[in-house]
Amino acid sequence: MLTALVAVPVIGALLAGFAGEGRGPRVIAALAMAVELGLCLALWLEAGPLFRIGGHGAWLAYESAAWIPRFGIDYQLALDGLSLPLLTLTAALGLVGVGASWTEIRERVAFFHANLLFALAGTVGVFLATDLFLFFVFWEVMLVPMYFLIGIWGHEGRTYAAIKFFIFTQASGLLMLVSILALAFLHADAAGGFSFDYFDLLDLDIGAPLATWLMLGFFVAFMVKLPAVPLHSWLPDAHTAAPTAGSIILAAILLKTGAYGLIRFTVPLFPEAALAFAPVAMALGAASIVYGALLAFVQDDLKRLIACTSISHLGFVLLGVFAWNPWALQGALMQMIAHGVSTGALFLLAGALQERLHTRDMAAMGGLAARAPVLAGFGLFFAVASLGMPGTGNFLGEFLALLGAWQASPLWTAISAAGLVGAAIYALILVQRSFHGEPPADLRPADFDTREIAMMGALAVALLWLGLYPQPVFDLAEPVFATLLTETRP
Amino acid sequence: MPIAEVPLEHSLLLAAVLFSLGLLGVLVRRNMIYILICIEIMLNAAGLAFIAAGARWGGADGQILFILVLTVAAANVSVGLALLLQMHRTHRSLDTDVLSELKG
Amino acid sequence: MTVWLWTIPALPLAGAVALFLLRLPRAAAMGLGVASVGVAAVMSLVVGADFLGGGETVFSQRLWTWLDIAGFTPGIAFHLDGLAVVMLGVITGVGFLIHLYASEYMAEDTDARRFFAIMNLFVAAMLVLVLADNLLLLYLGWEGVGLCSYLLIGFWYRDPANGAAARKAFIVTRIGDAAMALGLLLLFAHLGTLHIPELLARADTLWQPGHPAAVIAAFLLLGGAVGKSAQLPLQTWLPDAMAGPTPVSALIHAATMVTAGVYLIARLHPLYELAPPAQAAVAVVGAATLLIAGVAALGQTDMKRILAYSTVSQIGYMFLALGVGAWSAGLLHLMTHAFFKALLFLAAGAVMLRLHHETDIFRMGGLRRELPAAFWSMLIGGAALAGVPWITAGYWSKEAIILAAWENGAPGIDGAWLYAAGVAGAALTGLYTFRLVFVAFFGPGRRHAEAGTEHSLRVLLPLSILMALSLIGALIPQPLAAVLPEGHHGTHPAWTLWVASLAGVAGIALAWLLYGRGAAGRASNSAAVRFARGGLGFDWLYDRLLVRPLTGLAHANRNDILDRVFDGIAWLNREFHAGLAATQTGRLRWYAAGVAGGAALLLLAAGGGS
Repeated sequence: MLTALVAVPVIGALLAGFAGEGRGPRVIAALAMAVELGLCLALWLEAGPLFRIGGHGAWLAYESAAWIPRFGIDYQLALDGLSLPLLTLTAALGLVGVGASWTEIRERVAFFHANLLFALAGTVGVFLATDLFLFFVFWEVMLVPMYFLIGIWGHEGRTYAAIKFFIFTQASGLLMLVSILALAFLHADAAGGFSFDYFDLLDLDIGAPLATWLMLGFFVAFMVKLPAVPLHSWLPDAHTAAPTAGSIILAAILLKTGAYGLIRFTVPLFPEAALAFAPVAMALGAASIVYGALLAFVQDDLKRLIACTSISHLGFVLLGVFAWNPWALQGALMQMIAHGVSTGALFLLAGALQERLHTRDMAAMGGLAARAPVLAGFGLFFAVASLGMPGTGNFLGEFLALLGAWQASPLWTAISAAGLVGAAIYALILVQRSFHGEPPADLRPADFDTREIAMMGALAVALLWLGLYPQPVFDLAEPVFATLLTETRP
Repeated sequence: MPIAEVPLEHSLLLAAVLFSLGLLGVLVRRNMIYILICIEIMLNAAGLAFIAAGARWGGADGQILFILVLTVAAANVSVGLALLLQMHRTHRSLDTDVLSELKG
Repeated sequence: MTVWLWTIPALPLAGAVALFLLRLPRAAAMGLGVASVGVAAVMSLVVGADFLGGGETVFSQRLWTWLDIAGFTPGIAFHLDGLAVVMLGVITGVGFLIHLYASEYMAEDTDARRFFAIMNLFVAAMLVLVLADNLLLLYLGWEGVGLCSYLLIGFWYRDPANGAAARKAFIVTRIGDAAMALGLLLLFAHLGTLHIPELLARADTLWQPGHPAAVIAAFLLLGGAVGKSAQLPLQTWLPDAMAGPTPVSALIHAATMVTAGVYLIARLHPLYELAPPAQAAVAVVGAATLLIAGVAALGQTDMKRILAYSTVSQIGYMFLALGVGAWSAGLLHLMTHAFFKALLFLAAGAVMLRLHHETDIFRMGGLRRELPAAFWSMLIGGAALAGVPWITAGYWSKEAIILAAWENGAPGIDGAWLYAAGVAGAALTGLYTFRLVFVAFFGPGRRHAEAGTEHSLRVLLPLSILMALSLIGALIPQPLAAVLPEGHHGTHPAWTLWVASLAGVAGIALAWLLYGRGAAGRASNSAAVRFARGGLGFDWLYDRLLVRPLTGLAHANRNDILDRVFDGIAWLNREFHAGLAATQTGRLRWYAAGVAGGAALLLLAAGGGS
């Protein structure tokens, strides 16, 4: 079942890659993601009893096979209540990404969809792998197709953006690889024999200075991906240049792998070091929240503005993860999902506008509420969601992250709360500059069509559901966080 | 005077002088033919060192290696002349400084 | 019947959803918008009567558990008590009248469907705010009304000025909301719950009066309250909010939303009793605001801005009441203010309807005969606002507050000072209110009303009902005894009553002296008047102190100074590359020299080593 989760997008990618131009690749990609979404929902519905692996965690499903036994490398996938919501998000937003490219991508359609699906397959693997070597492989699999998506189908400045994205991610990924290898060697020293098995490595007892350095290797890799200040600057460029589907899966899904890594690896593998480091990490989170907001509201480029808001939003995740208590962790998870949905929708909107107006410059927009009321209505909804309006999942994410963070550090929480004001500023400026004001006479974009209304509507409903009845998600993740907390803070 | 009676130092000094002259030629001449000739001089300097050393130890190795060097030199020259012809054909020049396509 | 409590917020919510999603024709949309609030009003009446008749002091209804994380279990749950009943009545009652009025006011607007959708959403959010049994749900309503306020201030979105006013309103209140959110975090960290009755009970047992946590939490929540209720120092947004359609000003920026801060503090009054410094701050904020806004109102020439500053000032009275512990007097003023201020705004709207949306009172004059309905509404509303003794509702509520200020004082503050502020404010109120009435409705006419049709019943009915309520509304019994403690501790000498009663009349008399024969044609434009018109310089100060530095900083950093670090790293690499590339000349002899030199160096190194 878990292998199928990885295999479906891979097979889809191969089929789409050889399906020729035209509708074929689109249909195959859409089908693959629909099947993937169906698998996720099936897993959700049929969630069996929880079990422990190697004395750790609360898992729902597990698959393992020897891969390179000589070095203790296994093909090992496991699913728990943390990865399942993120997988569902991946499948859903992947589907939206395919939908967003339906009319936008007209060149090398087959190769585009192959890349899209490979990136998604990598993400799925990242969320499932419990062998650190395998995890790293998936981490890289995610990166390369994304580089192509930006570099080939991007907008102006795409080469610069793609290379910047690649270097940032790759350089930080190598730090993580060093840490992973060090862990394997430490395991060889301690137990005689390499192991990349997450569950073996959890039991390692690592001395203080070394643990801090190894923890930092993981932390920096995930922090770049998140992204957190001061390693965020690849994101606005990558988002601005990426095609719509690239922006959607980058913002909605790929960034989440950073947050996921923090929860899954950084803190559990090095609990003491992470605890000692928490004040710094929370400070970085608060800095991201404020700095991202400050960057966002002066941008003229719509996509750049949205990208900067991601920095701000994911600051709450960093803050919440290092507060490391049930409220903060649930808040971080909720923020990840809600941010994925709302920012995905905003990028979808930005893409739709670019397709219609051939510009992303908000100075050239305005008055769209009069010309395309449905489009503007959805834009308003998601902008308001992104400023953390109660009733949407974004509010619960931010509030719970702050609620937990307050108990760890009132100071950084208070500073982060300034982000609530900053969010209001950038979201409302976005609304004002794109949708309100007197419409330019020559600006007559078509309103949303049925395909777009269906996608946006589904995302809006999802966001309201997350905001008003989020307990199923919390229930799913609760045992995971509970065991993580007891294992790391005995 | 049999070669064994010549002091080793003299032979090696001569070889070194020949080698240096050849190298100097390679470095300062721009004409490809002269460079090839200078390379031959360097090869022969090395051969001389082999023979001198072989004579000093009374072994045949030095002479065998000199024969090997001779054959290598022959091959060397044939390849070098072929390249030289090609160069003349494409660039209408034997000046090596014309060939700077590898400039970084 | 009380089990139908949930329908009260659900009805307007359903109305809003239907209006947003269905493309109804304008008449149907307006009908639906009015009807949903009307039925909610009826349900409020029924549920409220049933509840009060039942003898219970509290009725709670939990619809579903919102979230349940490690002991944090806020529900989508409602809490009905006397205080909530009063608020329900005000919101749905006045709300219905204003919706009815708006169905004529907005009849010509092509976006009427959107208007009623947001208005319904507002009513739903406001009802959630007052019915919420936990602070998280209250916060949902709190932000929801803020959003609707934003959308309605900027309703006519084509004019960027309206957008700016709307944004200012949202962002300024959001500053308060951020403080309030921190207050919730603090309360949860210390008390482990946000369920209001439980929170208050735990606070009572865990905290002594003056406990630092209680004081800080009360101050943070006060931050939220002053933002939403436009009190010092966050009062600057409300005058600008008048950019919205007039029914919006009446409903949101006079009768309901802006009093949410008062409701919040009243709802959490045990917390403020545990935090004397915070309660004193409430009184000081109220007293200072009512004076400052009163002075600012004197400088205005725009009819709606006069009313806006008067709203700020009157809410100042409510804060003063809360600060001196006269909880029920504050709530009484909240209710009567909702009546007469809604009336005044609707009257202003009636004037504007007939004067091509003219709002400058100095371009009106003599409207008394041309617009009798508006005139009588304005006169009666103004009398209630100025507190004309005995015959108006506003008199009784304001009187109660001023006398309570004398009797109780705030913690650490002598009541005489607060009393003096209240009396001075009352005189100011009389002056600015009747300046408006005299200048606009008396004297020579400068601009004639459009000879339109007479107002329909949809306008006249709300006006008449609100007129009646402005006169006798104070007689409506408030079932607050079980919720709010009786706040009278001391007595007042007889003269204080007379002075307070006559202050408003004195203000009216002064207004008659100055403007009784109509105005001089245009407002004075002296420096002092301009200072008052600008809201006493707060906007100027905030602009210089906060807005400009912040936007300046952000613009300077627009291209992200931190990215320059990475540009620097890239530059270093490029330079290093250029340096290395320069050695690759492509010349054979250069390479040969390199080989030779390298070999020589190696030999030297080997020779040196041996």
